[in-house]
Amino acid sequence: MTLISAENVSVHHAGLPTLDSVSFAIQPGEIVTIVGPNGSGKSTLLRLLIGAITPNAGLIRRSSDVRIGYVPQKLAIDGNLPMSVRRFLDLPHRVSNAKAHEAMATAGVTKLANKQMSALSGGQFQRVLLARAILSRPNLLILDEATQGLDQPGSAQFYRQIEEVRQDLGCAVLMVSHELHVVMSASDRVICLNGHICCEGTPDVVSATPAYRELFGSGTHGALALYRHDHDHHHDHAHDH
Amino acid sequence: MLDDFLVRAALAACGTATAAALLGCFVVWRRMAYFGDATAHAAVLGVAISLAFSMSILVGVTAVALGMAVLIHLLSRQGQPVDTLLGVLSHGALAIGLVAVSLIPGQRIDVESYLFGDVLSVSRLDVAVIWAGAALVIAIIWRQWSSLLTATLSPDLAYAAGINPRREQLILTLLLAVVVAVAIKVVGALLITALLIIPAATARGLTRTPEAMALVSVAFGILSAFGGLRLAIVFDTPVGPSIVCLSVFLFSLATISRQFRTTGK
Repeated sequence: MTLISAENVSVHHAGLPTLDSVSFAIQPGEIVTIVGPNGSGKSTLLRLLIGAITPNAGLIRRSSDVRIGYVPQKLAIDGNLPMSVRRFLDLPHRVSNAKAHEAMATAGVTKLANKQMSALSGGQFQRVLLARAILSRPNLLILDEATQGLDQPGSAQFYRQIEEVRQDLGCAVLMVSHELHVVMSASDRVICLNGHICCEGTPDVVSATPAYRELFGSGTHGALALYRHDHDHHHDHAHDH
Repeated sequence: MLDDFLVRAALAACGTATAAALLGCFVVWRRMAYFGDATAHAAVLGVAISLAFSMSILVGVTAVALGMAVLIHLLSRQGQPVDTLLGVLSHGALAIGLVAVSLIPGQRIDVESYLFGDVLSVSRLDVAVIWAGAALVIAIIWRQWSSLLTATLSPDLAYAAGINPRREQLILTLLLAVVVAVAIKVVGALLITALLIIPAATARGLTRTPEAMALVSVAFGILSAFGGLRLAIVFDTPVGPSIVCLSVFLFSLATISRQFRTTGK
């Protein structure tokens, strides 16, 4: 069963990166990462999948029982809109306190329930977005550059949180990231995008592909190795970023 | 009771203030103040057209305000800056409306009452229309509250939840036209935006959730409406501007008291 798929999807909207005949599919439970340079259409592709953009050609197919949890790249809440964390979780549908608490626990933000969204740090904000996204118990979690603006320990911690969420819910995860070294090794499959799909496969296969090397240079190969080295030992300092 | 012009004026002002203060929260959250101005100014053109074709003012104003609202909606395609264009439309509609009114042959009409309102002359029918409009605004915002709020927060979050943010924006834009149509008799075209944004801005510093802000905003709106009417009677000043003056005064009080509270901590 495929959760969601794109079939020969093309986008040529003014002001948006172009996508040419992109096809791919996501199966239940897998972690797929989209990498690519700036302006390669990564966010455009995610926004196609959630229905925010209609393609000029091609088809997006959603399985009838797909439940999407979406974590946007950034969310600018107008300073004039008062919004507590708990209230934010009630969007778009009200949820019981028990469910809200459970989601906050999974995302590690239980202590923030009564804080204003505007008072959160970058890392806290992203985890609140994650808590909201998992409230509907999604079987597909979509994250768009979710660690932008976080420092390295912060984003590493955030990815660990996502891994926990996936084990909890058994959901598929589709994410866009520029942090190759972190996401690559955590993914089942990597899609390298640059207006079209350049290459696709397991992290090892993709990072060895000439098309990928051309986009990111061979330097990233070292970063990948560095990451693996990093994770031989355990990080147990759980800061609140 | 409705025979008393003061009672009618109070009811009209209260209805207008309630609808405007409620919708005004979204105007503030979405930074739509310019939309409000453009729609309100277009109402003057609506007055001119109504007089020229001897239609009911309400019909003319509503039609032109709706037309302007839809035009703005179409122009504001995602991500494109429209404030300059809105300025052109807004003041263009106002100027053309003023010129058109002066060109209408026969009776010399009192433009001022449409620019600054004339709530003391509202009829029973006006009161009924104002409250029908206000009830419509309240009912639609009540029903759409969660969708409107989600779309206001982030269009992409709305899409992901199966809500079309363009539709929600259109709803707000149309409601803006309704508020303009009911408010023109009360505060006039030039001060409608004040009725929209000042109560909401006053409520902002005092509340922690969107619902609380909406309720407190409505409370400030109604307080300004009644208080402003009272002030106007006592000091023999125009009602619309008096309502806005009191509204600004309350805003200042709330802002100053907030400053004291935050610096006191």
